[in-house]
Amino acid sequence: MDSALFWEMVIKSLILILVLLTGFAYLTYYERRGLARIQSRVGPNRAGPAGLLQPVADAVKLIFKEEFIPGQAYRLVFILAPIITVVPAILITATVPWGGIVTIGGREVMLSIADVNVGVLYIMSVASIAVYGIVLGGWASNNKYAMMGGLRSTAQMVSYELAMGLSFVGVILLANSMRMSEIVEAQRGLWFVFLQPVGAVVFFFATLAELNRGPFDMPEAEQELSAGFNVEYSGMKFALFFMAEYTKMVSMSAIIATLFWGGYRGPGIDVYWWLGPIYMFVKIVIILGLMIWVRASWPRIRYDRLMDLGWKILLPLALALVFIAATGILLEMMWLVPLLSIGAGAIAVHTINLSLRRKANAR
Amino acid sequence: MATPYALPEVTLDQIKHLVSQRALDGETVLLNMGPQHPSTHGVLRLLLELDGETIITCVPDVGFLHTGIEKNMESKTYLKAEVMTDRLDYLNTVGNNFAYCLAVEKMINVDVPPRAQAIRVILAELQRIASHLIWLATSSLDVAAMSVFLYAFREREIILDILELVSGQRMMTTYIRPGGLWRDVPVEFDDAVRNVLNTFPKRIDEYEALLTKNPLFLDRTLGIGKMTAEEAIQWGVTGSTLRGSGPDWDLRKKRPYSGYEQYDFEVPTETEGDVYARYLVRIKEMRESLKIIEQALNKLPLGPVRSNDRKIVPPPRSEIGTSMESLIHHFKLWTDGFDVPKGSLYAAVESPRGELGVFIESDGGPKPYRVHWRTPSYNNLEALPDMTEGLLIADLVAIIGSIDIVLGDVDR
Repeated sequence: MDSALFWEMVIKSLILILVLLTGFAYLTYYERRGLARIQSRVGPNRAGPAGLLQPVADAVKLIFKEEFIPGQAYRLVFILAPIITVVPAILITATVPWGGIVTIGGREVMLSIADVNVGVLYIMSVASIAVYGIVLGGWASNNKYAMMGGLRSTAQMVSYELAMGLSFVGVILLANSMRMSEIVEAQRGLWFVFLQPVGAVVFFFATLAELNRGPFDMPEAEQELSAGFNVEYSGMKFALFFMAEYTKMVSMSAIIATLFWGGYRGPGIDVYWWLGPIYMFVKIVIILGLMIWVRASWPRIRYDRLMDLGWKILLPLALALVFIAATGILLEMMWLVPLLSIGAGAIAVHTINLSLRRKANAR
Repeated sequence: MATPYALPEVTLDQIKHLVSQRALDGETVLLNMGPQHPSTHGVLRLLLELDGETIITCVPDVGFLHTGIEKNMESKTYLKAEVMTDRLDYLNTVGNNFAYCLAVEKMINVDVPPRAQAIRVILAELQRIASHLIWLATSSLDVAAMSVFLYAFREREIILDILELVSGQRMMTTYIRPGGLWRDVPVEFDDAVRNVLNTFPKRIDEYEALLTKNPLFLDRTLGIGKMTAEEAIQWGVTGSTLRGSGPDWDLRKKRPYSGYEQYDFEVPTETEGDVYARYLVRIKEMRESLKIIEQALNKLPLGPVRSNDRKIVPPPRSEIGTSMESLIHHFKLWTDGFDVPKGSLYAAVESPRGELGVFIESDGGPKPYRVHWRTPSYNNLEALPDMTEGLLIADLVAIIGSIDIVLGDVDR
């Protein structure tokens, strides 16, 4: 490895981490203002112009707060848990391409940290590590509410992870590659969201479950478990959990954008390379806005019903989508894929409606 | 420190029966939910025995918000004790005043002018809507539909503004007084109430659009917390919680007071007795309340709003400067109060939560000998353990929201 490559890697990583950490801070601002807008409130508007310094104020407050470790907690794991949660959230973005190959000072630079040939598998494996942090944090707190939050997150993980993996498979089949940059290139003609619309929806819901957000925020569930796994955490350790959640929101939105919404591609990208990161940014902001919208409008699902949803609806649906994609590719009739997958999605929605109707009749 | 009275010692053996043997063996988890918990609606403490997240037993423990209001009322004159009634069920302050004044008026046999009666009805129904809005807000927040919470609070503000307009207070109004009202409503009252009548139906449609057909909401509420009509009657459950199970028991229809018989309205009922049924009943009740308000406002009679009996009702300020007799009445009323004939009496109104009754025992003096409140929240809360068995914590939270308890009403 020549030293130039080393420095290229270091600089790219530094930029990405800085962007992610600022992004996380301003995502909290975005969410609070967005929620406030939806709920006819004002939101934070005091610190700085239009409240833009609010994340800074929050960070300063959280850093200087007392960190309290309860006496009954298992100290080592208690301290380790937030770290285990936050590291994968940052690592996960490494394979996401932010643009094509550009030439800077006579050197060809790829606008992603590591364009590994198993990028999708890497994302799958790293993303799920974070759940250990939540489980261990809940267990090490030695508090019944925290323990239940941790247990809920394991139950949640086994139910959505399969559907998520299978909706990855659909994309892999369509792109004929697991390399993220090739997945983006494969969407040169048509974004995968048009080829596999239901797959995009399944993936979006699985992502919400992965992020413990929206209708699937069971491990926290402040109304039920008062704060769930993080009930005993305070100060910066508490902030780390939130940092993990929000950083992961950014990363997962980037992944959604890459897999289904054409990544950095958009009109004019082949002429002006610098449009890539801008397109990416816009897409991420839109997807994040969607997540905030979902959180503002939907009640929380019960955790046993999430397991039902994961195993009985999303998993068969995702399997069907893989099958449909494979059939379409084999028969070389790509127009079949969106039609059949919308049909499969309609069947799934109908099944949910039927189960609700059964419930309504049984009451 | 020695106490003048002996506190009974409670031994472990005496409370063992509250949980099953499995909990004592350590097979199930005992979880203390509350008194400081976001969804126990105040300071309710629930002792839960859990198998995983399934509730085996649920033991409500009340008394954390005990205010001693009943006892305190014994040491105040009838006029001054009314101020305490506001603090009982702090979401239904007008209704509390209403029940108390009905009881006192019956004991001293004073007539209330028709205008005062109609205004009482309008305010009580406005308060009912405000209270139901709080129920809607909190119970939908309990299932994590957080936007409805803020929308409902936004609308409640309009009603609180009307209460402020008439009484100068947003919540603790003490506007209804024995013998009538504190004073007549201001001229802006009519417009303000018509504004509510015009805007609220659309707003209620909005909440329904967010919740009534929402699959996630249906999933959380259908078939949860079921209670049959017999069970509900046996527990003494009243109000919307009872009407969700079938019986159309509503004091406004069955024992009309203050001219409720003149108004044309329906008592919505559902038969399923689950969280969703109670939700539907309360939403419909808001619409019915609007109907009552509209009728009462349209035929609001003119005339005095207070009885002319100077032994009961303080004279208006303008008379005090010119009439010696009025000055004496005013002085006597605010120092001694009025005597109430010996006897006891129970009066009840339909509060947003159910039958709100007050029992007053008088020994003939100016202060009540004993006041007891029959509060709906307490009886409704008693039925909670039956509804929750075998369900999950998430359901328990939805059920507590659906029975709409106010802890100030439970502990008094």
